[in-house]
Amino acid sequence: MSRQPVKRAAIAVARQLLLILAAAVVLVPIIYIVMASFKTKMDYVRNQIGWPNPPVLDNYLRLIEDAKLFIWFGNSAAVTIGSVALTVAVGALAAHAFSRFHFTGKEKVFNLIIALMIIPPIVMIIPLFVLATRARLVNTYWSAIVIYAGLMLPFSVYLLRNFFVTIPESIVDSARIDGCSDMGIFLRIVVPLSRSALITLVVVNVLWVWNELLIALIFLQKEELTTLVVGLIRFQGRFRIDQPVILAGIFASMVPMVILYLVGQRFLVQGLTAGALKGE
Amino acid sequence: MTGGKKQNLKAYLFIAPTLLILLVVYLYPLLQNLNYSLRDLSIAGRPFTGMRNYLLMLKDPIFLTSIKNNFILIFALVPTLVLVSLLFAVPLFERIRGWKFYRGTILLPYITSITAIGLFFSLFFQGRGILNTFLRLVHLDSLVVDWLGSTRFALPAIMFVIVWREFGFGTMLFLARLTTVSEELFDAAKIDGTNWLQRIIHVVIPQLATVIEFYVFLMIVTMLSWVFNYVYVMTLGGPARSSYVTELYIYMEAFKFNRMGVAAAVSIALFLITAVLAFVSFRFRKRLYREYE
Repeated sequence: MSRQPVKRAAIAVARQLLLILAAAVVLVPIIYIVMASFKTKMDYVRNQIGWPNPPVLDNYLRLIEDAKLFIWFGNSAAVTIGSVALTVAVGALAAHAFSRFHFTGKEKVFNLIIALMIIPPIVMIIPLFVLATRARLVNTYWSAIVIYAGLMLPFSVYLLRNFFVTIPESIVDSARIDGCSDMGIFLRIVVPLSRSALITLVVVNVLWVWNELLIALIFLQKEELTTLVVGLIRFQGRFRIDQPVILAGIFASMVPMVILYLVGQRFLVQGLTAGALKGE
Repeated sequence: MTGGKKQNLKAYLFIAPTLLILLVVYLYPLLQNLNYSLRDLSIAGRPFTGMRNYLLMLKDPIFLTSIKNNFILIFALVPTLVLVSLLFAVPLFERIRGWKFYRGTILLPYITSITAIGLFFSLFFQGRGILNTFLRLVHLDSLVVDWLGSTRFALPAIMFVIVWREFGFGTMLFLARLTTVSEELFDAAKIDGTNWLQRIIHVVIPQLATVIEFYVFLMIVTMLSWVFNYVYVMTLGGPARSSYVTELYIYMEAFKFNRMGVAAAVSIALFLITAVLAFVSFRFRKRLYREYE
């Protein structure tokens, strides 16, 4: 019997070590990126593993001088804000219809939209590129914004509908008796009551668009429309022999999303797990 | 009747913008791709060539390598991700000391861009990279390899980065499901005198069955058709095109080698594989739910 507590303590230690290992595997690369971004080129070559000696801001100054970084940030922001705003606005309207109205083909159309979630974007890319070329929309924000919106809509409609159905019918009914129109019910009752679901959706979608590569690569090829992730790849080619600058660029590109994560972690977890748990 | 029609019109007005965008982004491209895959797009007039693009695709060893690599990713990484996620989700659920910190940390890779982190790991794995410097420092010179420049290690290096970035999502998924399971189940098992491992096998895993199945499906789809970003950034399919995956093949055929017809055929093939998988998974899940209800 006296063995029992010892064994329990051993398991407790093992579990703690396991999670320390997980945290280390995650954090060491990130800490390394930050640390090495303060090294001079020579320091990095001679002393690749150790602490910066001396730590310098040169790499970040290089980034700032290289005004392109701001253009890339601006492009990523424009495409992200545009596509997420479009997705949430349009998707919320559809989700409202799927949650409140009775109409022919409701279930079928909804299931069809959900099914689109698993189709990989690469499958649509060639015809979309041909179409956008003909419409002279390649190398405009618009092509990327519409495609991103399309790719985000299935999940967005799904998530919002699942939330909207939890709003009690009685609230909606009393508004209707007070003479509220359908649009009025949507804007003045459903939207304000769904604030947390809408924030969740915005967080998940912003993260996805900000980090997306394939579509940005194909539809925003022009130098002045390059997004941050595509810019980073070009950057890598240019500073091949000056890796601390690349590392500084990598870190700078991660900062906005890390801040978003720190602020909106709760919403992110909700959004990511919504699909799996409500699907039952 | 008129009331019903009015309701229909109203509903479809609300859905119209979504349907319009989905039509442009999904339906039109899918049908057009089918059309393209049956034509020679490099010649003016785009003559109909029947199954020729599909035959070209099947004869291209690089296409076969690509498909093979996707399946290697599926068979190697899906079980790994399930196990790793389970391994971390359980102690988090048991609220071990510092669990909030660990939870926050474990999801961190998932929010970093694949591009940024892939670039870092290519600096890490390259010939004169961080890993090799480290190996020399600890006198393990015999392990020094040009990881990304070797046909043997390039794909495993990519696989490492995929696991690094994706395991947090699985962990969160399992954790979220466990927290909805009633405490009583676990307490009852404890009273029955079961040990920790028995509780994992008899309580935790059955409770997670449906979520694990969902995650497995999601990860299979991911390994099949959402890994372009990793490969593009880390190896661009090299060396000697040994780390190609299907998405990269489509991208290169269409936009670098100007063989749009073949690329369209591969797109259709990838779509069909995904659709079949989804169908099988759907049937399987239905059965699974019945068993656990």
